Amino acid sequence: MKRADFAAIANWISPNSEVLDLGCGDGSFLEYLQKQKPVHAYGVEIDDARVLSCVQKGLNVIQQNLEGGLALFENHSFDTVVLSQTLQTIHETEKILREVVRVGKESVVSFPNFGHWSHRVAVGFGRMPVSKSLPYQWYNTPNVRVLTVADFEKLASSLGLQILDQCILHEGRRVTLMPNLFGSLALFRVRRA
Amino acid sequence: MSDLYLSRNTIHFAEPLPLQSGAILSGYDLVIETYGKLNADKSNAVLVCHALNASHHVAGPNPDDAKDIGWWDNMIGPGKPVDTDHFFVIGVNNLGSCFGSTGPMSVNPATGKPYGADFPVITVEDWVNTQARLADKLGIRRFAAVMGGSLGGMQALAWSIQFPKRLAHCLVIASTPKLSAQNIAFNEVARNAILSDPDFHGGNYYEYGVVPKRGLKLARMVGHITYLSDDDMAEKFGRELQRPHGESQDYRFSFDVEFEVESYLRHQGDKFSTYFDANTYLLITRALDYFDPSRRYEGSLNRALAEVQAKFLVVSFSTDWRFPPNRSREIVESLLSNKSEVSYAEIDAPHGHDAFLLDDSRYHNLIRAYFKQMLEAQS
Repeated sequence: MKRADFAAIANWISPNSEVLDLGCGDGSFLEYLQKQKPVHAYGVEIDDARVLSCVQKGLNVIQQNLEGGLALFENHSFDTVVLSQTLQTIHETEKILREVVRVGKESVVSFPNFGHWSHRVAVGFGRMPVSKSLPYQWYNTPNVRVLTVADFEKLASSLGLQILDQCILHEGRRVTLMPNLFGSLALFRVRRA
Repeated sequence: MSDLYLSRNTIHFAEPLPLQSGAILSGYDLVIETYGKLNADKSNAVLVCHALNASHHVAGPNPDDAKDIGWWDNMIGPGKPVDTDHFFVIGVNNLGSCFGSTGPMSVNPATGKPYGADFPVITVEDWVNTQARLADKLGIRRFAAVMGGSLGGMQALAWSIQFPKRLAHCLVIASTPKLSAQNIAFNEVARNAILSDPDFHGGNYYEYGVVPKRGLKLARMVGHITYLSDDDMAEKFGRELQRPHGESQDYRFSFDVEFEVESYLRHQGDKFSTYFDANTYLLITRALDYFDPSRRYEGSLNRALAEVQAKFLVVSFSTDWRFPPNRSREIVESLLSNKSEVSYAEIDAPHGHDAFLLDDSRYHNLIRAYFKQMLEAQS
């Protein structure tokens, strides 16, 4: 199944570029991307079963834990580094963001927006939100960081990340009016300032 | 499931072989085993390179002794991860080894006596050259894959450098781009055990009708320790005492075998010293020590791997402390730097270096998927 953010991320990637997908899962995005345009890509994934899925798809995949940083990858060695719905699962948030913009000439970071109104309402009623973009209970979620569009913008600025573009989605559609309230999925195109 | 189609041959090479050392070997034999069938365009051949103590006998029962099952039988055969229903797999006993290919035990045509100490020092690169000549004889221009674990992985890596156009895939498992000082140190202890055995006679022990068994046994014992993980040894032996059932568990305050692990190591060493040749052990450990493709490039592995064309699968095991995951990552890092095609898997297995020989579903599923994908990409 195609995730809502695939097309938006693919849009920001030029044909014939070098792409690194961090937390690439079962390789669905890279498989989708390679059908859209010719790219040379690698995925990075920690989970055994997902690494196997990538190999079954014929993708280049490197098994490693992102918490350890990206020591295998040289500075600016990729045209685009993708960190798609993975940021919220990493403890060392600042470290990984610094690494992403070190390795990528440009990077795409996407994450579920905790600031969506439905999440605010849930918390307002005293419960942690469960939604399409946050589909887990508090006790079984792989997410270790929850953040909003505004939170990301603030951290990006303090880490010296330049935001080149952003695309905030809800149900696959772009939200332009009050995106931190009406968007459930945030995508940012960034680079080291 | 179909048959293994095992076939064993000794192939003679009359053309002299120039070696990395500068020496020239006038002619030599290689023993090979093959499994499966070579297809019409000879595109389905897989070369399996062996590690220190193994041989051409990779899969299935030994034609001479049905109880002797090939060393990588869990990996290679009909319906196995490397499926011989689709691939033609070649196992070759390396030059200098002691299972039928020309080595120190063979008769030197110049003297009419066994080579012994006169057998030239062989390198991984020399082996790859002999394997390429073998491929020429079999009419194989390009291997679908060259693969190996440990020292076998070094040969696969060397293949990708020496003959970049002659392999489509390169599988480097539980290996390293070069030995560490610690690795060389262990090899040196092993060699010293052999060299200091009074029965070694400067390597010409064949003439004396003896074998430096004590040295060979010690060499194997120390080597064996490096193949297992600490946890694995703890689980297998712990601090259990070697006692017949029901006998007292008190210490005996002696230097005989007290602990289970001592008994195990002695048994492994004794067994090994009855079938392996001491000169071969010296040669192969030296080939391990010398291997360093970056040496020609001022230590740059990136540059050594600059011309590779093969697609790589690099696999390491979490508890392997002989060639730990970091050593495999060095290879991966260089391949990434060159933007070569590479996948890397780190298998969380408890069995140390030996894990590459053992049956582990994550490991085997990965290799199976890799070879299956190879077939799908071809068709």
